[in-house]
Amino acid sequence: MKFLRNQLDKAKHHFEKGGKWEKYYYAFEAFDTFLFTPNTTTGSKGVQVRDAVDLKRMMMTVIIAMVPCLLFGMWNVGHQHFLAIGQAATDGAKFLIGLKQVVPVIIVSYGVGLGIEFIFSTLRRHPVNEGFLVTGMLIPLVMPPDIPLWQVALATAFAVVIGKEAFGGTGMNVVNVALTARAFLYFAYPSNISGEVWTYLGDGAQTVAGYSGATPLAISANAISTQASAVAELTSFGSGWAEGIYSFKSMFLGTMPGCIGETSTLMCLIGAAILVMTGVGSWKIILSTFGGAYAMGLLLNALGGNAFMQLPAHYHLVMGGLAFGAVFMATDPVTASQTETGKWIYGFMIGVFTVMIRVFNPAYPEGIMLAILLMNVFAPLIDYFVVSANKKRRMQRATV
Amino acid sequence: MSAEVAEVKVEKAEPLFSKKNKKLFTNPLDIDNPVTVQVLGVCSSLAVTTQMKPAFVMSIGLTIVTACSNVVISALRNTIPSRIRIIVQLAIVSLWVILVDQILKAYVYDVSKQLSVFVGLIITNCIVMGRLEAFAMGNKPWPSFIDGIGNGVGYGLILMTLAFVRELFGAGSLFGFKVWESMGLHYQGNGLMLLPAGACILLGVIIWVQRSINGYRESH
Repeated sequence: MKFLRNQLDKAKHHFEKGGKWEKYYYAFEAFDTFLFTPNTTTGSKGVQVRDAVDLKRMMMTVIIAMVPCLLFGMWNVGHQHFLAIGQAATDGAKFLIGLKQVVPVIIVSYGVGLGIEFIFSTLRRHPVNEGFLVTGMLIPLVMPPDIPLWQVALATAFAVVIGKEAFGGTGMNVVNVALTARAFLYFAYPSNISGEVWTYLGDGAQTVAGYSGATPLAISANAISTQASAVAELTSFGSGWAEGIYSFKSMFLGTMPGCIGETSTLMCLIGAAILVMTGVGSWKIILSTFGGAYAMGLLLNALGGNAFMQLPAHYHLVMGGLAFGAVFMATDPVTASQTETGKWIYGFMIGVFTVMIRVFNPAYPEGIMLAILLMNVFAPLIDYFVVSANKKRRMQRATV
Repeated sequence: MSAEVAEVKVEKAEPLFSKKNKKLFTNPLDIDNPVTVQVLGVCSSLAVTTQMKPAFVMSIGLTIVTACSNVVISALRNTIPSRIRIIVQLAIVSLWVILVDQILKAYVYDVSKQLSVFVGLIITNCIVMGRLEAFAMGNKPWPSFIDGIGNGVGYGLILMTLAFVRELFGAGSLFGFKVWESMGLHYQGNGLMLLPAGACILLGVIIWVQRSINGYRESH
């Protein structure tokens, strides 16, 4: 540590004003503060009391909260792989397969994203923001396990440049950056990110007899036309090669195909607990998103038009990426509602729209991504109405 | 719509391509571009730019309509009662639009089919109406003609840029010629480029680039 500090100090004067690499000061500064707590203190004027948790520590907390999802996701990629090719394997082998598939995606996502961040901060002469630390981890977690790496790179570049830098950088973005990356792929290369791409099979692998890559959402949507009960279809799916893969318990634990990090509702809830306990994520948003989805599910059950509408409401909470989106995407402090009442409305509407898109839109089997992006856009409007309602209430109380 | 009714006082002896007249042509290409600066005619520039051929035809069509309508309106400008000027303008614009439409149908039927309703909709294109109101109503025919050509070309420039990127990356071709395949590369088309939403993002990027080159700053 001492050695590292000394080396940094030795190099420092090159980057300061007048030094030969003056232009790259902010790149150096970012590297320095990433490794060490900055030694600057507040001046004699202005704010004196500051929280020790700066943006970097806060971002690290979110990453720690994502670790359970990531580790489970790696194991699950291997688990699904061996299920699909019909081989038994140890947990270690499963994890290795997952590691091999997931780590390159993470490296590409961070490499491209941070590269662009450094270029922009050097060009615009502002410190490198830490926002990408979380985004760079979120992007791999919402990708299918065998996504081509160049697509990850392209989507990351698009999201960072169009989703964030165009609006002025970290803290200025209107919509969630990681979801922008996913939405980009969803519309640009739909064949690689929708349909039956959720299991890593490997080159030329022979799938087990009766194998099908259909997702729970696709099966439920399919139940509309076959007029069968969606629950029965889900529980009977996979008979012969993966018994009970879409049972409620399995979907809650996450032992099913899906994006790398989003299959497990349980792991998302562990992440949620970390976020809520450290005060980084808003429990109101998480709770109201689940609440909204559940309420919408109940409403559809009551209406009960077709098989998908009759699907029990609690199934909606464990299917698809609802839990992951609610915990890690919707709670993004930049794009969510800022007012406390607004957070309830914002989360609730995300849940409602998610289930609505799932059930009523055959073109988009999963709704959480589009629902969050939509509510991101509406979040400032919700805040505006909450604030003006509050003003009105207080004006009435005022005795002038 | 830019409100500058720039009354260009053309002297009798002014040469045809005076500095002022040249400005009328060059301004709409960059600092006063109808699409990226005045943000007019966005609808059609998102709709017809999936391929370069229709975009090219559309640009020419709009240039002809704008320039010719500008000349006619400018020639009539002192006789048009101001209370009914919009309807007079519309009548003249529709004359040219129908002419262009018929010519397209006669000679390039396939492109005409692709453009479908958008040729007819030139009549409601804000650029045409905007130039008539903002320029032709207050200027002589020759400067009006140059202004019409300039705005048409300015619009066409943006259309062609959009169509170039969209067709190259969306379908992997240019004017229908498979670029990537001819180089022996397998190209997976980018679906976002073929959607109007992708065109809107691209247009935003063009505005971004243009503003940073011109040093534009939002006034507070």
